[in-house]
Amino acid sequence: MTELLKVDRLTRHFKIGNALSRRTLHAVDDVSFSIGSREIVALAGESGSGKSTIARLLARVYPPTSGTITFDGRDVARFRSRRDQLRYSGEVPMVFQDPFASINPVFRVSHGVLRSLKLHRPELSGPARMTEAARVFDVVGLKPDMLHRFPYELSGGQRQRVGFAQALAMKPKLILADEPVSMLDVSIRIGLLNMMTSLRDEQGVSVLYITHDIASARYVADRLIVMYAGQIAEQGPIEDVLTAPKHPYTQLLLSAVPDPKAPLSDVADRGEPPRVIDPAPGCRFRWRCPLAIGTCQTVTPALVPLTPGSPGSPSHEVACHVAQTGAEVRAFVS
Amino acid sequence: MPEILDVQGLSVDYLMPKGDVRAVDDVSFGLDRGEFLAIVGESGCGKSTLLFAVAQLLAPPAEVTAGTVTFEGTSLVGLTDKELAAVRWRNLSVVMQSAMNALNPVKSIGAQFKDALRAHGKPGKAEIAARSAEVLRMVGIDPVHLKSYPHQLSGGMRQRSMIAMAMLFTPDLIIMDEPTSALDVVAQRALMVQIKELQREFGFAVIFVTHDMSLVSHFSDRLMVMYAGQVDEIGDTRDIFERPRHPYTKGLLEAFPSIRGPKIPLRGIPGNPPDLARLPAGCRFQPRCPVAFEACSDTEPELCSVTGGAGGRSPASQQSSLVRCLRAKEDA
Repeated sequence: MTELLKVDRLTRHFKIGNALSRRTLHAVDDVSFSIGSREIVALAGESGSGKSTIARLLARVYPPTSGTITFDGRDVARFRSRRDQLRYSGEVPMVFQDPFASINPVFRVSHGVLRSLKLHRPELSGPARMTEAARVFDVVGLKPDMLHRFPYELSGGQRQRVGFAQALAMKPKLILADEPVSMLDVSIRIGLLNMMTSLRDEQGVSVLYITHDIASARYVADRLIVMYAGQIAEQGPIEDVLTAPKHPYTQLLLSAVPDPKAPLSDVADRGEPPRVIDPAPGCRFRWRCPLAIGTCQTVTPALVPLTPGSPGSPSHEVACHVAQTGAEVRAFVS
Repeated sequence: MPEILDVQGLSVDYLMPKGDVRAVDDVSFGLDRGEFLAIVGESGCGKSTLLFAVAQLLAPPAEVTAGTVTFEGTSLVGLTDKELAAVRWRNLSVVMQSAMNALNPVKSIGAQFKDALRAHGKPGKAEIAARSAEVLRMVGIDPVHLKSYPHQLSGGMRQRSMIAMAMLFTPDLIIMDEPTSALDVVAQRALMVQIKELQREFGFAVIFVTHDMSLVSHFSDRLMVMYAGQVDEIGDTRDIFERPRHPYTKGLLEAFPSIRGPKIPLRGIPGNPPDLARLPAGCRFQPRCPVAFEACSDTEPELCSVTGGAGGRSPASQQSSLVRCLRAKEDA
């Protein structure tokens, strides 16, 4: 597997408050990871953990405060010419969370697909664009006659497929999917998840799948990155992380997933979001962690591999002082 | 007769210029004191319309066209607003979907509690302050937040304060419309546990509407599955999870992946729910049904009692499971 995208020490801070109370919100702090080609990477975490900020940084909605994003061996921040920028946004498109808000309601759904084809693939003629639009609709499981419908005629699941079709039209290498199924009914989510795996297997597209639903992440993803308060808590091959979660926060997340087949676990955590405004050094999960030790109060844990990784199998890494001592972590039992 | 709520043959139509659309079709169920009933179904299956009809909150063009809603012995259908005001919030309260929109953004939480208390009673100042602080403490929020505005609270806290508001008068029935849909898993779990604890302590009955069946598996006593405006299956929750009888219920149960066990490819439920203005002939689920046979396309199935069920936790009056499916009837 070749490396497609590499993020190194990515940080994004937002200034909040007025000139007198200058405070900084640390949305993403010192995050490093990579995405290979033909790989679905799930980015999981609760609301406010910084996962959407990462997607927006990758989509160049705003620049990082520090750190670098390397795509296909080139530094994204150096894409200054319009040609480079267009090419990057075509190769790394985004699919949004709310299919009811992300498609222009006054145009037929073909509008978005044809426009992105015109912009990103100018070599195609008018009829060729229409053929290509029909092809991408077919790939995402929509009938070509759907192209002439208006968004209000489509169900939520169909609209989200239109979102993916728009992204696919640009011949992407990596799709940034920000909670693409969370607004959809449980009964139709699976169809979209199946479509995402077929995009990887048949079209060779990588996907950054942002979600707070670990079960759906397991269903589609190869690798899992768990974020907490703007930092990576744990990452690794998804089955490794789910069968042996090392970070207390990952354990908490797993114990909270509703599972009719398992007995109800007894977890008292209230699910209050972390404070990321001017955070002091130390583990950001320590307020909620039942295992926190002295070091956790003062030293921010680094992301350290537990097992040495090899090119074929990426390593399982965790940012937890307790887990790094080699002790068994059983904070929240699921 | 159920103690708290008895709904019989309730139908709700949306009166449209091109003809009426029946969103809720002949729905009957009952609710006993302290019972937890979950209603599940896809969007557009009529579950929210049903809730609004029970709480008498329907606005034109929706109208109750048939059936009765009896709450603690009084019929709610046809009551005037003034008569309803005596029942609403004191005996029956509603927690709306997505607290982000249901709370007034320009008023503090305390001011909104005061509004509700003043609208349905005549309490003194000290009484208002004491009760507001008390209900907020019940849901695990520090009463200092009475002075906070909704934007200063997290999503989970906002949803909790909505529940606190619903409990101001300690009602006998709280109706909840997808109260957890905007929350992430950890906050969602915490809120479900909290609702269950409060219910144990104060004994109110709950009607809980959701589209995520896995969420209520450990919390509800009875489960009602709705499809295209009708009840497809109703029965003891654990029993339905262990032995789903309607193909739609089976489909819903197999629609979500698990974090445990082997990874199996899932299909979900192919197709879309029918257009309520143009219903298919026969069974409404038949076009999407994997086990449909000829009779399904011309005979509309009745809601039938199927025997069995291990007894479960629900009171004796409600024990039988009902299923609307020709094939399930044959099997039974």
